[in-house]
Amino acid sequence: MIEVQNLSKSFKENLVLDNISVKLERGKTNLIIGESGSGKTTFLKCLIGLHSIDNGEILFDNRKFSKMNDKNIRKFRQEIGVLFQGGALYDYLSVEDNIMFPLNMFTRLSLKEKRERVNFCLCKVNLEKTNNLFPSELSGGMTKRVAIARAIALNPKYLFCDEPNSGLDPKTAILIDNLILEITEEFNITTIVNTHDMNSVIQIGSNILFIHHGKILWKGNKNDLTKSKNNELNNFVFASKLFKTLRNENFT
Amino acid sequence: MLKYFKEIGRYFILMKKVFSVPEKKDIFFKQLFNEFEKVGLSSLSIVLIISFFVGGVVTIQQAINIDDPLIPKYLIGFVTRDALILEFSPTMIALILAGKVGSNIASEIGSMRISEQIDALEIMGINSASYLVLPKIIASMLFFPVLVILSIFIGIFGGWIGGISIGVTTADFVLGLQTEFSPFYVSYSLIKTVVFAFLITSISAFYGYFTKGGALEVGKSSTTAVVNSSILILIFNFIITELLLT
Repeated sequence: MIEVQNLSKSFKENLVLDNISVKLERGKTNLIIGESGSGKTTFLKCLIGLHSIDNGEILFDNRKFSKMNDKNIRKFRQEIGVLFQGGALYDYLSVEDNIMFPLNMFTRLSLKEKRERVNFCLCKVNLEKTNNLFPSELSGGMTKRVAIARAIALNPKYLFCDEPNSGLDPKTAILIDNLILEITEEFNITTIVNTHDMNSVIQIGSNILFIHHGKILWKGNKNDLTKSKNNELNNFVFASKLFKTLRNENFT
Repeated sequence: MLKYFKEIGRYFILMKKVFSVPEKKDIFFKQLFNEFEKVGLSSLSIVLIISFFVGGVVTIQQAINIDDPLIPKYLIGFVTRDALILEFSPTMIALILAGKVGSNIASEIGSMRISEQIDALEIMGINSASYLVLPKIIASMLFFPVLVILSIFIGIFGGWIGGISIGVTTADFVLGLQTEFSPFYVSYSLIKTVVFAFLITSISAFYGYFTKGGALEVGKSSTTAVVNSSILILIFNFIITELLLT
């Protein structure tokens, strides 16, 4: 579980995250939703340590991030898997080498064992026999799936996904969503997904946080979402014609 | 002014991060050999072609300028040799490599930055600066002197061909090459090259590493890296010459 206590972050005079406190549960897909510029990417980057925080504390299973020294942070980061928006695969490495990269850096496994682990991860994301392809030869969906395979290579305790469905067609987006859900439940990891894709929210949102102007305005699950009386949330959720129509037809 | 100090400070902070013990020695050496190919071997042809023709042109120009019966012909070989060892091979080749290798490093690292590949390294707990930049710096500091030595030899060969084409005899040219040869000039040339190699790779890596934005900014970083490393090469050329030759 990840516990965030009174987290604030500003860039110069601009307060981006304002006193955020939240618990992100293990074995669940924790979705952070909000408009572009609401602060959700900054929140995610603060959680993974890419941005320093001004105030507050982040606890990873009761371990305070701020109390860790550089060596411990490096070790701790091996417990984190991150799926970046664009995949962030290393262009000069093949699919196999991309997934093997964290194994080469942090394990003493033999080549045979590493290959087995790579094949296991590729099997999890339904991309068997793509070992020798290079990132430039992959489609958007395949890139995301390889990035997920790399993120889970070291058996992480925490999985962070930044806009996993951006730029994907609806069918592939559902595939990625289901994959994230499956991995979360199977390995009982704490998953945080940063998204503004409402289909994802309906598909996998077991714990949803709505961020608006740097504050968490609403928490709940996908079933509560359509019943909320929060105006900002309703403006966001029912912004599209499709969702407006569905609301009028009383979908839950 | 404050902006420049801030930039210099950031450069030294990055260098502190770069010069740390590699996390896995075997991976570092694998990277290092890759960089020998990327920053060194791939520049071989351009260095050799330029050196050959510049050597030839320098000789022809000297032959024309000292076309006087009172000045011995062997001075043509003498001047060509010293021009190549002292200035052309270390400094001009460094400026050419700043354009070729420097822009390549800045754009490679800059692209990795904007596509979040560097973030991905950091998130894994890898010192991205050391992992990406250190092999490039070491490879260039070891390989550029080799390029410069080859450049001197090929330049002299080009000079000999150029000399023959306008009637300078081989005997005169070789006598010039042997006259008052100071081995220290070669040391001076190689010391300059090592310093220039460090400047080219570290400055280019610095601008690539701190690229922000998109493809346009990668291009800007690349240009800034080439311009600034070229200026610093010229400044350090002056400083090293003052320190070692006067």
